[in-house]
Amino acid sequence: MADSTTPLIEIRNLSFARGDRMIFDGIDMDIERGKVSVIMGPSGTGKTTLLRLIGGQIRPLTGSIKVDGVEVTKLSRSALFQLRKRMGMLFQNGALLTDMSVYDNIAFPIREHTQLSEKMIRTLVSMKLQVVGLRGARDLMPSELSGGMARRVAMARAIALDPMMMMYDEPFTGQDPISMGVLVRLIRELNDALGLTSIVVSHDIEEASSIADMIYLLSGGKVVAQGSATALRESGSEWAKQFMKGLPDGPVPFHYPAIDYADDLLSGGDSL
Amino acid sequence: MLNFIQQLGRSGIDFFQRLGRASILLGQILAGIPGVLLRFPLIIQQLYSVGVLSLLIILVSGLFVGMVLGLQGYNTLVDFGAEESLGIMVAVSLVTELGPVVAALLFAGRAGSALTAEIGLMKATEQLSAMEMMAIDPIRRVLTPRFLAGFISMPLLAAIFSAVGVIGGDFVGVGLLDVDEGAYWSQMQASVDFYDDVMNGIIKSVVFGIVVTWIAVFEGYDAIPTSEGVSRATTRTVVHSSLAILGLDFILTAIMF
Repeated sequence: MADSTTPLIEIRNLSFARGDRMIFDGIDMDIERGKVSVIMGPSGTGKTTLLRLIGGQIRPLTGSIKVDGVEVTKLSRSALFQLRKRMGMLFQNGALLTDMSVYDNIAFPIREHTQLSEKMIRTLVSMKLQVVGLRGARDLMPSELSGGMARRVAMARAIALDPMMMMYDEPFTGQDPISMGVLVRLIRELNDALGLTSIVVSHDIEEASSIADMIYLLSGGKVVAQGSATALRESGSEWAKQFMKGLPDGPVPFHYPAIDYADDLLSGGDSL
Repeated sequence: MLNFIQQLGRSGIDFFQRLGRASILLGQILAGIPGVLLRFPLIIQQLYSVGVLSLLIILVSGLFVGMVLGLQGYNTLVDFGAEESLGIMVAVSLVTELGPVVAALLFAGRAGSALTAEIGLMKATEQLSAMEMMAIDPIRRVLTPRFLAGFISMPLLAAIFSAVGVIGGDFVGVGLLDVDEGAYWSQMQASVDFYDDVMNGIIKSVVFGIVVTWIAVFEGYDAIPTSEGVSRATTRTVVHSSLAILGLDFILTAIMF
Protein backbone atom coordinates (compact mmCIF):
# COMPACT_ATOMS: atom_id res chain seq x y z
CA MET A 1 0.00 0.00 0.00
CA ALA A 2 1.25 3.45 -0.81
CA ASP A 3 2.15 6.16 1.63
CA SER A 4 -0.94 7.68 3.25
CA THR A 5 0.09 11.24 2.46
CA THR A 6 0.08 10.72 -1.31
CA PRO A 7 -3.18 11.20 -3.17
CA LEU A 8 -5.30 8.05 -3.42
CA ILE A 9 -5.76 8.51 -7.14
CA GLU A 10 -3.18 10.13 -9.37
CA ILE A 11 -4.13 10.73 -12.98
CA ARG A 12 -1.41 11.91 -15.31
CA ASN A 13 -1.68 13.01 -18.92
CA LEU A 14 -4.75 10.86 -19.49
CA SER A 15 -6.19 10.70 -23.00
CA PHE A 16 -9.14 8.72 -24.20
CA ALA A 17 -11.01 8.76 -27.48
CA ARG A 18 -14.26 7.20 -28.59
CA GLY A 19 -14.07 6.76 -32.34
CA ASP A 20 -12.73 10.02 -33.72
CA ARG A 21 -13.98 12.05 -30.78
CA MET A 22 -11.41 12.95 -28.14
CA ILE A 23 -13.11 12.53 -24.72
CA PHE A 24 -10.05 13.35 -22.61
CA ASP A 25 -7.06 15.22 -23.91
CA GLY A 26 -4.22 14.93 -21.44
CA ILE A 27 -5.87 15.55 -18.11
CA ASP A 28 -4.09 15.55 -14.73
CA MET A 29 -5.95 15.08 -11.50
CA ASP A 30 -5.18 14.17 -7.89
CA ILE A 31 -7.92 12.78 -5.66
CA GLU A 32 -7.00 13.30 -2.02
CA ARG A 33 -7.53 10.58 0.57
CA GLY A 34 -10.48 10.97 2.89
CA LYS A 35 -12.07 13.75 0.87
CA VAL A 36 -15.22 13.99 -1.17
CA SER A 37 -14.21 15.07 -4.66
CA VAL A 38 -16.88 16.09 -7.11
CA ILE A 39 -16.37 15.94 -10.85
CA MET A 40 -18.71 18.26 -12.70
CA GLY A 41 -19.14 19.19 -16.28
CA PRO A 42 -21.70 19.49 -19.02
CA SER A 43 -23.35 16.31 -20.30
CA GLY A 44 -21.20 14.33 -22.67
CA THR A 45 -17.86 15.44 -21.25
CA GLY A 46 -16.98 11.92 -20.19
CA LYS A 47 -17.53 12.14 -16.45
CA THR A 48 -18.83 8.59 -16.31
CA THR A 49 -16.05 7.49 -18.66
CA LEU A 50 -13.56 8.82 -16.12
CA LEU A 51 -15.03 6.56 -13.42
CA ARG A 52 -14.84 3.59 -15.76
CA LEU A 53 -11.21 4.40 -16.50
CA ILE A 54 -10.41 4.56 -12.79
CA GLY A 55 -12.22 1.25 -12.26
CA GLY A 56 -10.23 -0.29 -15.10
CA GLN A 57 -13.33 -1.20 -17.13
CA ILE A 58 -11.88 0.60 -20.12
CA ARG A 59 -8.28 1.37 -20.97
CA PRO A 60 -7.02 4.85 -21.88
CA LEU A 61 -5.26 5.80 -25.09
CA THR A 62 -2.28 7.18 -23.20
CA GLY A 63 -1.45 8.32 -19.71
CA SER A 64 -1.42 6.78 -16.29
CA ILE A 65 -3.98 6.22 -13.53
CA LYS A 66 -2.63 5.19 -10.15
CA VAL A 67 -5.02 4.04 -7.48
CA ASP A 68 -3.37 3.66 -4.08
CA GLY A 69 -0.02 3.47 -5.80
CA VAL A 70 -1.11 0.77 -8.29
CA GLU A 71 -1.06 1.50 -12.00
CA VAL A 72 -4.58 0.54 -13.11
CA THR A 73 -3.90 0.73 -16.84
CA LYS A 74 -1.34 -2.08 -16.76
CA LEU A 75 -2.99 -4.53 -14.37
CA SER A 76 -3.80 -8.10 -15.34
CA ARG A 77 -7.42 -9.12 -15.04
CA SER A 78 -6.96 -10.96 -11.75
CA ALA A 79 -4.95 -8.13 -10.20
CA LEU A 80 -7.61 -5.72 -11.37
CA PHE A 81 -10.28 -7.84 -9.67
CA GLN A 82 -8.22 -7.76 -6.46
CA LEU A 83 -8.11 -3.98 -6.64
CA ARG A 84 -11.83 -3.71 -7.40
CA LYS A 85 -12.67 -5.52 -4.20
CA ARG A 86 -11.44 -2.35 -2.52
CA MET A 87 -13.49 -0.06 -4.74
CA GLY A 88 -17.21 0.55 -4.42
CA MET A 89 -19.19 1.96 -7.27
CA LEU A 90 -22.73 3.24 -7.39
CA PHE A 91 -24.20 3.14 -10.87
CA GLN A 92 -26.65 5.71 -12.12
CA ASN A 93 -29.75 3.61 -11.51
CA GLY A 94 -28.31 1.38 -8.85
CA ALA A 95 -27.83 -1.60 -11.17
CA LEU A 96 -29.32 -3.97 -8.61
CA LEU A 97 -29.64 -7.58 -9.71
CA THR A 98 -33.32 -7.75 -10.51
CA ASP A 99 -33.76 -11.46 -9.84
CA MET A 100 -32.71 -11.16 -6.19
CA SER A 101 -34.21 -9.54 -3.11
CA VAL A 102 -32.61 -6.53 -1.42
CA TYR A 103 -31.04 -8.86 1.13
CA ASP A 104 -29.51 -11.15 -1.49
CA ASN A 105 -28.24 -8.20 -3.49
CA ILE A 106 -26.21 -6.95 -0.56
CA ALA A 107 -25.14 -10.44 0.41
CA PHE A 108 -24.09 -11.11 -3.21
CA PRO A 109 -20.52 -9.70 -3.11
CA ILE A 110 -19.97 -11.14 0.38
CA ARG A 111 -21.08 -14.60 -0.73
CA GLU A 112 -18.99 -14.45 -3.89
CA HIS A 113 -15.80 -13.32 -2.20
CA THR A 114 -15.85 -14.83 1.28
CA GLN A 115 -16.69 -18.13 2.95
CA LEU A 116 -18.60 -16.53 5.83
CA SER A 117 -21.45 -18.41 7.47
CA GLU A 118 -25.01 -17.46 6.59
CA LYS A 119 -25.47 -16.13 10.14
CA MET A 120 -22.49 -13.83 9.80
CA ILE A 121 -23.67 -12.66 6.37
CA ARG A 122 -27.06 -11.83 7.85
CA THR A 123 -25.45 -9.70 10.54
CA LEU A 124 -23.27 -7.90 7.99
CA VAL A 125 -26.18 -7.26 5.63
CA SER A 126 -28.33 -5.93 8.48
CA MET A 127 -25.55 -3.55 9.48
CA LYS A 128 -25.13 -2.25 5.94
CA LEU A 129 -28.88 -1.84 5.54
CA GLN A 130 -29.16 -0.03 8.86
CA VAL A 131 -26.59 2.52 7.63
CA VAL A 132 -28.75 3.41 4.63
CA GLY A 133 -31.96 3.20 6.68
CA LEU A 134 -33.53 0.32 4.77
CA ARG A 135 -33.30 -2.60 7.18
CA GLY A 136 -37.07 -2.91 6.94
CA ALA A 137 -36.90 -3.29 3.15
CA ARG A 138 -34.77 -6.42 3.41
CA ASP A 139 -37.24 -8.76 1.73
CA LEU A 140 -38.42 -6.46 -1.05
CA MET A 141 -37.50 -7.08 -4.68
CA PRO A 142 -35.71 -4.34 -6.64
CA SER A 143 -38.85 -3.74 -8.72
CA GLU A 144 -40.70 -2.76 -5.53
CA LEU A 145 -38.23 0.01 -4.64
CA SER A 146 -38.40 3.67 -5.56
CA GLY A 147 -35.46 5.12 -7.48
CA GLY A 148 -33.97 6.69 -4.37
CA MET A 149 -34.35 3.51 -2.34
CA ALA A 150 -32.74 1.45 -5.09
CA ARG A 151 -29.74 3.75 -4.99
CA ARG A 152 -29.50 3.43 -1.23
CA VAL A 153 -29.59 -0.36 -1.51
CA ALA A 154 -26.90 -0.15 -4.16
CA MET A 155 -24.86 1.99 -1.78
CA ALA A 156 -25.21 -0.64 0.92
CA ARG A 157 -24.08 -3.24 -1.59
CA ALA A 158 -21.12 -1.12 -2.65
CA ILE A 159 -19.87 -0.85 0.95
CA ALA A 160 -20.52 -4.53 1.66
CA LEU A 161 -16.85 -5.45 1.36
CA ASP A 162 -15.66 -2.32 3.24
CA PRO A 163 -13.91 -0.63 0.32
CA MET A 164 -11.31 2.11 0.58
CA MET A 165 -13.08 4.33 -1.91
CA MET A 166 -16.51 4.94 -3.39
CA MET A 167 -17.41 6.20 -6.83
CA TYR A 168 -20.84 7.65 -7.43
CA ASP A 169 -22.12 8.01 -10.98
CA GLU A 170 -24.72 10.79 -11.09
CA PRO A 171 -26.28 9.83 -7.76
CA PHE A 172 -28.77 12.71 -7.70
CA THR A 173 -30.28 12.47 -11.17
CA GLY A 174 -34.06 12.28 -11.17
CA GLN A 175 -34.49 12.33 -7.40
CA ASP A 176 -37.15 14.22 -5.46
CA PRO A 177 -35.83 16.79 -2.95
CA ILE A 178 -36.21 14.47 0.03
CA SER A 179 -34.35 11.50 -1.37
CA MET A 180 -31.80 13.91 -2.85
CA GLY A 181 -31.22 15.23 0.68
CA VAL A 182 -30.91 11.68 2.00
CA LEU A 183 -28.37 10.72 -0.64
CA VAL A 184 -26.31 13.88 -0.10
CA ARG A 185 -26.17 13.24 3.62
CA LEU A 186 -25.35 9.55 3.15
CA ILE A 187 -22.45 10.23 0.81
CA ARG A 188 -20.91 12.64 3.30
CA GLU A 189 -21.59 10.46 6.34
CA LEU A 190 -20.32 7.25 4.75
CA ASN A 191 -17.19 9.03 3.65
CA ASP A 192 -16.43 10.38 7.12
CA ALA A 193 -17.63 7.43 9.21
CA LEU A 194 -15.94 4.71 7.15
CA GLY A 195 -12.85 6.74 6.32
CA LEU A 196 -13.49 6.45 2.59
CA THR A 197 -12.39 8.53 -0.30
CA SER A 198 -15.35 9.49 -2.45
CA ILE A 199 -15.61 10.59 -6.04
CA VAL A 200 -18.96 11.95 -7.08
CA VAL A 201 -19.82 12.58 -10.70
CA SER A 202 -22.68 15.02 -10.91
CA HIS A 203 -24.08 18.09 -12.50
CA ASP A 204 -26.40 19.06 -9.70
CA ILE A 205 -24.44 22.10 -8.59
CA GLU A 206 -26.24 22.85 -5.32
CA GLU A 207 -26.19 19.34 -3.92
CA ALA A 208 -22.74 18.49 -5.14
CA SER A 209 -21.12 21.65 -3.86
CA SER A 210 -22.72 21.21 -0.45
CA ILE A 211 -20.67 18.06 0.18
CA ALA A 212 -17.63 18.66 -2.00
CA ASP A 213 -14.22 19.21 -0.46
CA MET A 214 -12.89 19.64 -3.95
CA ILE A 215 -14.57 20.26 -7.30
CA TYR A 216 -13.12 19.52 -10.72
CA LEU A 217 -14.80 21.07 -13.71
CA LEU A 218 -14.39 19.11 -16.92
CA SER A 219 -15.09 20.47 -20.36
CA GLY A 220 -13.82 19.72 -23.84
CA GLY A 221 -11.58 16.94 -22.59
CA LYS A 222 -9.73 19.13 -20.09
CA VAL A 223 -9.98 20.06 -16.43
CA VAL A 224 -10.98 23.69 -16.89
CA ALA A 225 -11.20 24.67 -13.24
CA GLN A 226 -10.65 23.11 -9.86
CA GLY A 227 -10.96 24.15 -6.25
CA SER A 228 -13.41 24.25 -3.36
CA ALA A 229 -17.01 25.24 -4.04
CA THR A 230 -16.54 28.78 -2.73
CA ALA A 231 -13.31 29.22 -4.63
CA LEU A 232 -14.97 28.17 -7.87
CA ARG A 233 -17.96 30.41 -7.31
CA GLU A 234 -15.71 33.40 -6.83
CA SER A 235 -13.23 32.42 -9.50
CA GLY A 236 -12.72 34.62 -12.52
CA SER A 237 -12.73 31.66 -14.89
CA GLU A 238 -15.38 31.91 -17.58
CA TRP A 239 -15.93 28.17 -17.45
CA ALA A 240 -16.49 28.15 -13.72
CA LYS A 241 -18.81 31.11 -13.95
CA GLN A 242 -20.93 29.61 -16.69
CA PHE A 243 -21.24 26.24 -15.04
CA MET A 244 -21.74 27.33 -11.44
CA LYS A 245 -24.40 29.85 -12.43
CA GLY A 246 -25.98 27.72 -15.13
CA LEU A 247 -25.69 30.31 -17.90
CA PRO A 248 -27.00 29.09 -21.27
CA ASP A 249 -24.17 30.58 -23.31
CA GLY A 250 -20.47 31.02 -22.62
CA PRO A 251 -17.39 28.88 -23.20
CA VAL A 252 -19.86 26.01 -23.70
CA PRO A 253 -21.84 27.46 -26.60
CA PHE A 254 -25.62 27.27 -26.80
CA HIS A 255 -25.43 26.35 -30.49
CA TYR A 256 -24.08 23.07 -31.71
CA PRO A 257 -21.38 23.88 -34.29
CA ALA A 258 -23.09 24.65 -37.61
CA ILE A 259 -22.59 26.64 -40.78
CA ASP A 260 -23.55 30.29 -40.72
CA TYR A 261 -27.26 30.76 -40.01
CA ALA A 262 -27.89 33.25 -42.84
CA ASP A 263 -26.03 31.06 -45.34
CA ASP A 264 -28.01 28.08 -44.18
CA LEU A 265 -31.38 29.79 -44.69
CA LEU A 266 -30.46 31.42 -48.00
CA SER A 267 -29.03 28.24 -49.51
CA GLY A 268 -32.54 26.77 -49.43
CA GLY A 269 -31.30 23.36 -48.42
CA ASP A 270 -28.61 23.07 -51.14
CA SER A 271 -25.95 22.66 -48.51
CA LEU A 272 -27.62 19.60 -47.05
CA MET B 1 -21.39 -3.06 -58.88
CA LEU B 2 -18.39 -1.87 -56.90
CA ASN B 3 -20.78 -0.80 -54.19
CA PHE B 4 -22.28 -4.26 -54.07
CA ILE B 5 -18.88 -5.93 -53.72
CA GLN B 6 -17.96 -3.43 -51.03
CA GLN B 7 -21.18 -4.20 -49.20
CA LEU B 8 -20.56 -7.92 -49.55
CA GLY B 9 -17.04 -7.54 -48.19
CA ARG B 10 -18.24 -5.47 -45.27
CA SER B 11 -20.88 -7.96 -44.23
CA GLY B 12 -18.36 -10.76 -44.66
CA ILE B 13 -15.88 -9.06 -42.37
CA ASP B 14 -18.68 -8.29 -39.96
CA PHE B 15 -19.75 -11.91 -39.92
CA PHE B 16 -16.26 -13.20 -39.21
CA GLN B 17 -15.72 -10.60 -36.51
CA ARG B 18 -18.87 -11.74 -34.77
CA LEU B 19 -17.88 -15.36 -35.18
CA GLY B 20 -14.51 -14.51 -33.65
CA ARG B 21 -16.06 -12.71 -30.70
CA ALA B 22 -18.52 -15.56 -30.20
CA SER B 23 -15.69 -18.12 -30.24
CA ILE B 24 -13.68 -16.18 -27.68
CA LEU B 25 -16.78 -15.95 -25.51
CA LEU B 26 -17.37 -19.70 -25.85
CA GLY B 27 -13.80 -20.29 -24.69
CA GLN B 28 -14.34 -18.06 -21.67
CA ILE B 29 -17.63 -19.78 -20.86
CA LEU B 30 -16.02 -23.22 -21.07
CA ALA B 31 -13.13 -22.07 -18.89
CA GLY B 32 -15.66 -21.21 -16.20
CA ILE B 33 -17.24 -24.67 -16.12
CA PRO B 34 -15.04 -26.25 -13.40
CA GLY B 35 -15.82 -23.38 -11.03
CA VAL B 36 -19.53 -23.56 -11.70
CA LEU B 37 -19.71 -27.33 -11.25
CA LEU B 38 -18.67 -26.80 -7.64
CA ARG B 39 -21.64 -24.49 -7.15
CA PHE B 40 -24.48 -26.78 -8.02
CA PRO B 41 -27.34 -24.54 -6.81
CA LEU B 42 -26.45 -22.06 -9.57
CA ILE B 43 -26.98 -24.74 -12.22
CA ILE B 44 -30.15 -26.06 -10.60
CA GLN B 45 -31.65 -22.59 -10.70
CA GLN B 46 -30.89 -22.24 -14.39
CA LEU B 47 -32.02 -25.78 -15.19
CA TYR B 48 -35.37 -24.73 -13.80
CA SER B 49 -35.74 -21.58 -15.87
CA VAL B 50 -34.20 -22.99 -19.05
CA GLY B 51 -35.41 -26.59 -18.88
CA VAL B 52 -38.40 -27.04 -16.61
CA LEU B 53 -40.17 -23.93 -17.85
CA SER B 54 -39.81 -25.18 -21.44
CA LEU B 55 -41.47 -28.45 -20.54
CA LEU B 56 -45.08 -27.52 -21.22
CA ILE B 57 -44.53 -26.41 -24.82
CA ILE B 58 -42.39 -29.50 -25.46
CA LEU B 59 -45.03 -31.85 -24.03
CA VAL B 60 -47.93 -30.32 -25.93
CA SER B 61 -46.06 -30.07 -29.23
CA GLY B 62 -44.63 -33.57 -28.88
CA LEU B 63 -48.09 -35.00 -28.33
CA PHE B 64 -49.57 -33.26 -31.37
CA VAL B 65 -46.66 -34.04 -33.66
CA GLY B 66 -46.98 -37.71 -32.63
CA MET B 67 -50.71 -37.67 -33.29
CA VAL B 68 -50.27 -36.15 -36.74
CA LEU B 69 -47.59 -38.72 -37.54
CA GLY B 70 -49.96 -41.49 -36.46
CA LEU B 71 -52.73 -40.19 -38.66
CA GLN B 72 -50.64 -39.52 -41.76
CA GLY B 73 -48.58 -42.64 -41.36
CA TYR B 74 -51.70 -44.77 -41.08
CA ASN B 75 -53.24 -43.28 -44.22
CA THR B 76 -50.12 -44.06 -46.21
CA LEU B 77 -49.37 -47.46 -44.75
CA VAL B 78 -52.92 -48.77 -44.94
CA ASP B 79 -52.81 -48.65 -48.76
CA PHE B 80 -50.08 -51.26 -48.62
CA GLY B 81 -51.69 -53.20 -45.80
CA ALA B 82 -48.70 -52.31 -43.67
CA GLU B 83 -50.47 -50.38 -40.93
CA GLU B 84 -48.95 -52.73 -38.34
CA SER B 85 -45.64 -50.98 -39.02
CA LEU B 86 -47.06 -47.66 -37.83
CA GLY B 87 -45.11 -47.96 -34.57
CA ILE B 88 -41.77 -48.16 -36.36
CA MET B 89 -42.58 -45.26 -38.62
CA VAL B 90 -43.68 -42.99 -35.78
CA ALA B 91 -40.79 -43.91 -33.50
CA VAL B 92 -38.03 -43.68 -36.09
CA SER B 93 -39.16 -40.35 -37.47
CA LEU B 94 -39.46 -38.92 -33.98
CA VAL B 95 -36.28 -40.28 -32.47
CA THR B 96 -33.95 -39.58 -35.38
CA GLU B 97 -35.41 -36.44 -36.86
CA LEU B 98 -38.45 -34.68 -35.50
CA GLY B 99 -37.66 -35.06 -31.82
CA PRO B 100 -34.26 -33.34 -31.86
CA VAL B 101 -35.13 -30.81 -34.58
CA VAL B 102 -38.59 -29.66 -33.50
CA ALA B 103 -37.66 -29.71 -29.82
CA ALA B 104 -34.58 -27.61 -30.62
CA LEU B 105 -36.62 -25.13 -32.66
CA LEU B 106 -39.11 -24.81 -29.81
CA PHE B 107 -36.26 -24.56 -27.32
CA ALA B 108 -34.71 -21.72 -29.33
CA GLY B 109 -38.01 -19.86 -29.35
CA ARG B 110 -38.85 -20.46 -25.73
CA ALA B 111 -35.58 -20.64 -23.79
CA GLY B 112 -33.07 -19.13 -26.24
CA SER B 113 -34.99 -15.91 -26.68
CA ALA B 114 -35.51 -15.65 -22.92
CA LEU B 115 -31.79 -16.10 -22.28
CA THR B 116 -30.86 -13.42 -24.80
CA ALA B 117 -33.41 -10.96 -23.48
CA GLU B 118 -32.39 -11.56 -19.88
CA ILE B 119 -28.66 -11.18 -20.47
CA GLY B 120 -29.18 -8.25 -22.85
CA LEU B 121 -31.30 -6.43 -20.28
CA MET B 122 -28.78 -7.17 -17.56
CA LYS B 123 -26.23 -5.50 -19.79
CA ALA B 124 -28.51 -2.56 -20.61
CA THR B 125 -29.28 -1.93 -16.92
CA GLU B 126 -25.56 -2.09 -16.06
CA GLN B 127 -25.99 -5.20 -13.92
CA LEU B 128 -23.12 -6.89 -15.74
CA SER B 129 -20.91 -3.81 -15.31
CA ALA B 130 -21.85 -3.66 -11.64
CA MET B 131 -20.76 -7.28 -11.24
CA GLU B 132 -17.45 -6.51 -12.89
CA MET B 133 -16.94 -3.61 -10.52
CA MET B 134 -17.65 -5.96 -7.62
CA ALA B 135 -14.77 -8.07 -8.94
CA ILE B 136 -17.17 -10.81 -10.07
CA ASP B 137 -16.73 -12.15 -13.58
CA PRO B 138 -20.17 -11.96 -15.23
CA ILE B 139 -19.19 -14.58 -17.79
CA ARG B 140 -18.59 -17.17 -15.11
CA ARG B 141 -21.36 -16.08 -12.81
CA VAL B 142 -24.11 -15.43 -15.38
CA LEU B 143 -23.24 -17.03 -18.73
CA THR B 144 -21.58 -20.32 -17.76
CA PRO B 145 -24.44 -21.65 -15.58
CA ARG B 146 -26.95 -20.75 -18.30
CA PHE B 147 -24.85 -22.41 -20.97
CA LEU B 148 -24.50 -25.58 -18.90
CA ALA B 149 -28.21 -25.62 -18.19
CA GLY B 150 -29.01 -25.40 -21.92
CA PHE B 151 -26.48 -28.12 -22.69
CA ILE B 152 -28.06 -30.44 -20.13
CA SER B 153 -31.73 -29.63 -20.80
CA MET B 154 -31.80 -29.86 -24.59
CA PRO B 155 -31.18 -33.64 -24.92
CA LEU B 156 -33.61 -34.32 -22.09
CA LEU B 157 -36.29 -32.15 -23.68
CA ALA B 158 -35.76 -33.85 -27.05
CA ALA B 159 -36.09 -37.27 -25.39
CA ILE B 160 -39.31 -36.21 -23.69
CA PHE B 161 -40.59 -34.82 -26.98
CA SER B 162 -39.99 -38.15 -28.73
CA ALA B 163 -41.45 -40.20 -25.90
CA VAL B 164 -44.63 -38.14 -25.76
CA GLY B 165 -44.83 -38.23 -29.55
CA VAL B 166 -44.76 -42.03 -29.57
CA ILE B 167 -47.60 -42.02 -27.07
CA GLY B 168 -49.48 -39.54 -29.28
CA GLY B 169 -49.04 -41.90 -32.22
CA ASP B 170 -50.43 -44.69 -30.09
CA PHE B 171 -53.50 -42.60 -29.19
CA VAL B 172 -54.37 -42.06 -32.82
CA GLY B 173 -53.12 -45.27 -34.38
CA VAL B 174 -54.21 -47.76 -31.76
CA GLY B 175 -56.95 -45.78 -30.04
CA LEU B 176 -58.78 -44.28 -33.01
CA LEU B 177 -57.69 -46.21 -36.08
CA ASP B 178 -57.63 -49.73 -34.61
CA VAL B 179 -54.02 -50.65 -35.33
CA ASP B 180 -53.16 -53.68 -33.25
CA GLU B 181 -51.59 -52.48 -30.02
CA GLY B 182 -49.22 -55.42 -29.73
CA ALA B 183 -47.97 -54.87 -33.27
CA TYR B 184 -47.50 -51.12 -32.70
CA TRP B 185 -45.23 -51.62 -29.71
CA SER B 186 -43.50 -54.90 -30.53
CA GLN B 187 -42.54 -53.91 -34.07
CA MET B 188 -41.20 -50.64 -32.71
CA GLN B 189 -39.12 -52.51 -30.15
CA ALA B 190 -37.82 -54.94 -32.70
CA SER B 191 -36.87 -52.43 -35.38
CA VAL B 192 -35.71 -49.26 -33.68
CA ASP B 193 -31.99 -49.69 -33.11
CA PHE B 194 -30.39 -48.06 -30.13
CA TYR B 195 -27.10 -47.15 -31.79
CA ASP B 196 -28.34 -46.35 -35.27
CA ASP B 197 -31.48 -44.48 -34.33
CA VAL B 198 -31.67 -43.42 -30.70
CA MET B 199 -27.98 -42.55 -30.35
CA ASN B 200 -28.02 -40.44 -33.53
CA GLY B 201 -30.95 -38.51 -32.13
CA ILE B 202 -29.15 -37.96 -28.86
CA ILE B 203 -26.01 -36.73 -30.64
CA LYS B 204 -28.10 -34.32 -32.68
CA SER B 205 -29.87 -32.94 -29.66
CA VAL B 206 -26.60 -32.44 -27.77
CA VAL B 207 -25.16 -30.51 -30.71
CA PHE B 208 -28.33 -28.43 -31.06
CA GLY B 209 -28.30 -27.73 -27.33
CA ILE B 210 -24.75 -26.40 -27.46
CA VAL B 211 -25.34 -24.31 -30.57
CA VAL B 212 -28.67 -22.78 -29.50
CA THR B 213 -27.46 -21.87 -26.01
CA TRP B 214 -24.18 -20.55 -27.37
CA ILE B 215 -25.99 -18.30 -29.85
CA ALA B 216 -28.46 -17.18 -27.17
CA VAL B 217 -25.91 -16.19 -24.54
CA PHE B 218 -23.60 -14.61 -27.13
CA GLU B 219 -26.37 -12.49 -28.62
CA GLY B 220 -27.40 -11.33 -25.16
CA TYR B 221 -23.86 -10.53 -24.09
CA ASP B 222 -23.04 -8.83 -27.39
CA ALA B 223 -26.33 -6.90 -27.62
CA ILE B 224 -26.29 -3.14 -28.00
CA PRO B 225 -27.45 -2.06 -24.55
CA THR B 226 -30.64 -0.27 -25.58
CA SER B 227 -34.21 -1.52 -25.89
CA GLU B 228 -33.85 -1.67 -29.65
CA GLY B 229 -30.54 -3.48 -29.37
CA VAL B 230 -31.97 -6.12 -27.04
CA SER B 231 -35.01 -6.66 -29.23
CA ARG B 232 -32.83 -7.10 -32.32
CA ALA B 233 -30.58 -9.50 -30.45
CA THR B 234 -33.56 -11.58 -29.35
CA THR B 235 -34.83 -11.80 -32.90
CA ARG B 236 -31.37 -12.76 -34.14
CA THR B 237 -31.17 -15.53 -31.56
CA VAL B 238 -34.35 -17.15 -32.84
CA VAL B 239 -33.51 -16.70 -36.53
CA HIS B 240 -29.86 -17.75 -36.32
CA SER B 241 -30.57 -20.69 -34.01
CA SER B 242 -33.33 -21.98 -36.26
CA LEU B 243 -31.14 -21.74 -39.35
CA ALA B 244 -28.24 -23.35 -37.51
CA ILE B 245 -30.46 -26.20 -36.33
CA LEU B 246 -31.79 -26.96 -39.81
CA GLY B 247 -28.39 -26.65 -41.46
CA LEU B 248 -26.63 -28.77 -38.87
CA ASP B 249 -29.42 -31.32 -39.01
CA PHE B 250 -28.70 -31.91 -42.67
CA ILE B 251 -24.96 -32.14 -42.10
CA LEU B 252 -25.30 -34.49 -39.13
CA THR B 253 -27.80 -36.70 -40.92
CA ALA B 254 -25.52 -36.88 -43.95
CA ILE B 255 -22.57 -37.88 -41.77
CA MET B 256 -24.35 -40.38 -39.58
CA PHE B 257 -26.56 -42.35 -41.98
